[in-house]
Amino acid sequence: MAFAEAVGPRRFLTELPALGGALIIWSLFAILAGPAFMGAQGAAAYLNAAAPLGIIAVVVSLLMIGGEFDLSVGSTIGLCGMALMLLVGQAGWPFWAALPVIFALAGAVGFINGWLVVKTGLPSFLVTLAMLFVGRGLTIAGTRRLAGRTQLGGLGVRDGSLAHTLFGSDLPGGLHVTTAWWIGLVIIAGWCLQRSRFGNWVFAVGGHADAARNAGVPVARVKITLFMATAMAAALVALLQAVRYDGADALRGEAMEFRAIVAVVIGGTLLTGGYGTVLGAALGALIFGMVQQGIVLTGTDADWFQVLLGVLLLVAVLANHSLRKRLLGTA
Amino acid sequence: MKPPILEARELSVGYGAVRALERVSIDLHAGSVTCVMGENGAGKSTLIRVLSGVIQPTAGQLLLDGGAVRFADPRAARKAGVVTVYQDLALVPLLSVWRNFVLGAEPLRGRWLQRLDVAAARAAAEAQLAHFEIRVDVNRPVARLSGGERQAVAIARAVHTGARVLILDEPTAALAVAQADRVLTTIAAVRDRGVAVLLVTHNPQHAVRAADRLVVLKHGRLAAEMGAASIGINELTELMSQ
Repeated sequence: MAFAEAVGPRRFLTELPALGGALIIWSLFAILAGPAFMGAQGAAAYLNAAAPLGIIAVVVSLLMIGGEFDLSVGSTIGLCGMALMLLVGQAGWPFWAALPVIFALAGAVGFINGWLVVKTGLPSFLVTLAMLFVGRGLTIAGTRRLAGRTQLGGLGVRDGSLAHTLFGSDLPGGLHVTTAWWIGLVIIAGWCLQRSRFGNWVFAVGGHADAARNAGVPVARVKITLFMATAMAAALVALLQAVRYDGADALRGEAMEFRAIVAVVIGGTLLTGGYGTVLGAALGALIFGMVQQGIVLTGTDADWFQVLLGVLLLVAVLANHSLRKRLLGTA
Repeated sequence: MKPPILEARELSVGYGAVRALERVSIDLHAGSVTCVMGENGAGKSTLIRVLSGVIQPTAGQLLLDGGAVRFADPRAARKAGVVTVYQDLALVPLLSVWRNFVLGAEPLRGRWLQRLDVAAARAAAEAQLAHFEIRVDVNRPVARLSGGERQAVAIARAVHTGARVLILDEPTAALAVAQADRVLTTIAAVRDRGVAVLLVTHNPQHAVRAADRLVVLKHGRLAAEMGAASIGINELTELMSQ
């Protein structure tokens, strides 16, 4: 990462302020909640809670480093989950035939988001906010019309089948297989960002789109690709949840868009784009999971979860703001 | 004498009734710095925009290595080796020097999984910068460089991407004396490598110091053209203010 490479020895803390944050949060709940939080069972609980958000946050971090937002990602989870249930549960399609369809559906949603943003030049914040309502509304109205309700069960993926092993099984230690997908995506996305040409383009597009265009970077293509990747991450989460819970809900993924942004920002990515890390976003999601589970284990009213999260976000935003000033030499 | 790398013959550009450029001819030779001067609105920007393919001339012709050529867009110009460095559009501030250096032309390695050749990218940036005696840490973000270093890096980068004709739009504007000095030194080093440089500036001192030939534009017309050795700063200032 650009700045971290410059500072050398202080690399880890500068690059990953979220690592310090995660350690502090872990210690806090280790003290407050004790062994229930510190042990393997506690770890499985917060990792499982963090994993779906982590999958989204990892890809959203690329999008935000590329200088854009996606507020429609939560509604895309609902849309893809219901599409899968309608195709398999209602229309009787084989599971594996429906799979490419829901990813294509997500790809189309992402393409429309990206295309609209690139063509109109409007803030992606607004374009995808519109898409959030359209997507959620369509999902609810569509499934109510086609199936008569907004929650559908009976996907019928059997225990022990390949589909169940891949998407709905548990790993040793009580970890959901979702956590393996999360870790895999962290590696792939992190590699793409740091070690591929596309990653260099993502940094450049988010940092200064005109300069990137001037250097021959296909700015529109990079942005549209990022929006498509984000939507496909939503499809993956929809799939993992539908198999695990043997059903879907049109409202699934609600508030996921904001949680992802919170995780990414806690992870040290600048809201203004051009700077950030994938690993930071993953740690942001982990912090999210630890706070969520930790509060329950301390016996505190879970309502405090949001308060703590809001405070964390504020601290992260302030820290990122001063980081940006330092990077730009205006501190 | 060899033909100029890029030659503009009687270029005219008109926006409606306004003549932004009126039959302007200019030769850009290898290893030579041509300085274009003039007040705001004299046609400097329009000339740059035509030479770099941003706009098309309404009349006149461009010749590359003696053959007629038309740059449909900036990409076509860049492909032909005509690279323009705009003051604020050249580099991405948050990105490190080496990442900026290879942006858009990243060295890749690996067959089935093409990946960024980080070592080669760093080495290329370091070698090119060292060649022009620009001493900056390639791992630093561009935002942390001084204004002069930034311009120098942008110029070195343009040469690295294959510029045979380098068009510089006010590279010394808004720079302190020492910083401007460093940019002028880099321009001289680029010229010595055989690049044809077109330098646009407001500053007569910089022009006299950097240029081999001076061109003064006024109201879209060529008002004067001369060898840099034949004119002093005072005369040039006089000429511009007439």
